[in-house]
Amino acid sequence: MEKPKLIVDGKRLDGRGFEELRPIKIEVGVLKRADGSCYLEMGKNKIIAAVYGPREVHPRHLQDPSKAVIRYRYNMAPFSVEERKKPGPDRRSVEISKVSREALEPVIMKELFPRSGIDVFVEVLQADAGTRTACLNAASVALIDAGVMMKGIVTAVAVAKVDGQIVLDPMKEEDFYGEADMPVAFLIRNDQIESIALLQMDGRMTVEEVKKGIELAKKGAMEIYRMQREAVMKKYVKEEE
Amino acid sequence: MPEDILMDIKRDYVLSRIRAGERIDGRNFDEFRKVEVKTGIIEKAEGSALVKLGNTQVVVGVKMQVGEPFPDTPNMGIIITNAELVPLASPTFEPGPPDENSIELARVVDRGIRESEAVDLEKLCIEEGEKVWIVFIDIHALDDDGNLMDASSIAAISALMNTTVPAERFGVGEDFKLPIRDFPISVTSLVVDDRILVDPCRDEMSVGKNLMTITSDEEGNVVAMQKSGSYLMAEEKFYELLDLSVAKAKEIRENVREQLKGGENGEDEES
Repeated sequence: MEKPKLIVDGKRLDGRGFEELRPIKIEVGVLKRADGSCYLEMGKNKIIAAVYGPREVHPRHLQDPSKAVIRYRYNMAPFSVEERKKPGPDRRSVEISKVSREALEPVIMKELFPRSGIDVFVEVLQADAGTRTACLNAASVALIDAGVMMKGIVTAVAVAKVDGQIVLDPMKEEDFYGEADMPVAFLIRNDQIESIALLQMDGRMTVEEVKKGIELAKKGAMEIYRMQREAVMKKYVKEEE
Repeated sequence: MPEDILMDIKRDYVLSRIRAGERIDGRNFDEFRKVEVKTGIIEKAEGSALVKLGNTQVVVGVKMQVGEPFPDTPNMGIIITNAELVPLASPTFEPGPPDENSIELARVVDRGIRESEAVDLEKLCIEEGEKVWIVFIDIHALDDDGNLMDASSIAAISALMNTTVPAERFGVGEDFKLPIRDFPISVTSLVVDDRILVDPCRDEMSVGKNLMTITSDEEGNVVAMQKSGSYLMAEEKFYELLDLSVAKAKEIRENVREQLKGGENGEDEES
């Protein structure tokens, strides 16, 4: 397959500038049975996240007497991608689940819920690059909706190198044909980025480009954070009235 | 579990030494353990390498097969990387299907090789759209004394450089050396308090698996990164790691290159 030109006249394939996010939609509390839930769209990504817990852990030998056990399951629906994906966990989703859980674990105040389990389930209904970051954004909101105590909120976004440019929030074509992809998640606390919770990268970038990418990711994450906040406020402020 | 109690005791010891500005084995904070590479140790494999990183030992074997290309890359060979953390290598490894740790290990090693384009996959096309070479990189841990990640990635690239494509056996022409055009090296560090410990050994990891792996190519470009472990990393620490890891990779690359060269000379002398 021939690689198409990904940047034309300083604009990306979908007309975005380099530092522009795709449109985002966040809805809180969309599932009745779950303790917390969130539906999130980011461009063509459609994600639904549910949180169950703190609740009893099964099997019981997994319990930890000093803190809650966090489980995170990233799962793609078979119809979420062009060519049907075989259902169930593959190696990619096992890895994504691991690093995503490790991003949330130090943020959730696990010590407050000894012997219990907090399960975060995230389903990708439609995928268009940047699903692991979109999922983390939905998971954070669902955790808040479930009332799980956290040190702050985790907000994630990917940056990519595309036709030599560092761009924010790559979509499918940019991810596929681009030179590099770097998903990043931050802990945001008191309206400020405090630390890095997830960081991966594949492709080829100079050290300077990586640094530039992190700066751009911070900018994007702050924008997403405001939307996550707004979505939570919208649900809870209304209910109080 | 007795292992856990021991780990608690070790953790206090490791932390107190770090706070005193030392590592438990006397290394500098940015110092790798001794790296030893031996290639061609498995005759039945197309390429192989044994890497010792201090007491950590890993064997990587490369096997090749003829198969169908992926529809979106009809003129390119295929790399498949797998890791087995066999119970022989650590009291904490259990038999069974690969768990998230072995999957992560295989995928991060794979990313370094794939993204640096170390293997010239276009030269592994036999018949476009029909037949290509599949390169199986199998990582076999023998002794996990910490940092299997870097030991495995050194072993993987060394084994690839040692690989001869078995074309005669498959009746598709003459055997040839696997075309390698880059030399990715991963550098894994442990982030503790405010310190960075390059190439952590098993006991040092008792303080928590706060790891960061940065893989760079021959030109010093970053080709793969992976934060691994439940911890939060300060942004400044990451930038420090970035510069440090690329510099360290250069050093390790030269060391491994010398050893690989030495191995070849040795063979020549015998023949």
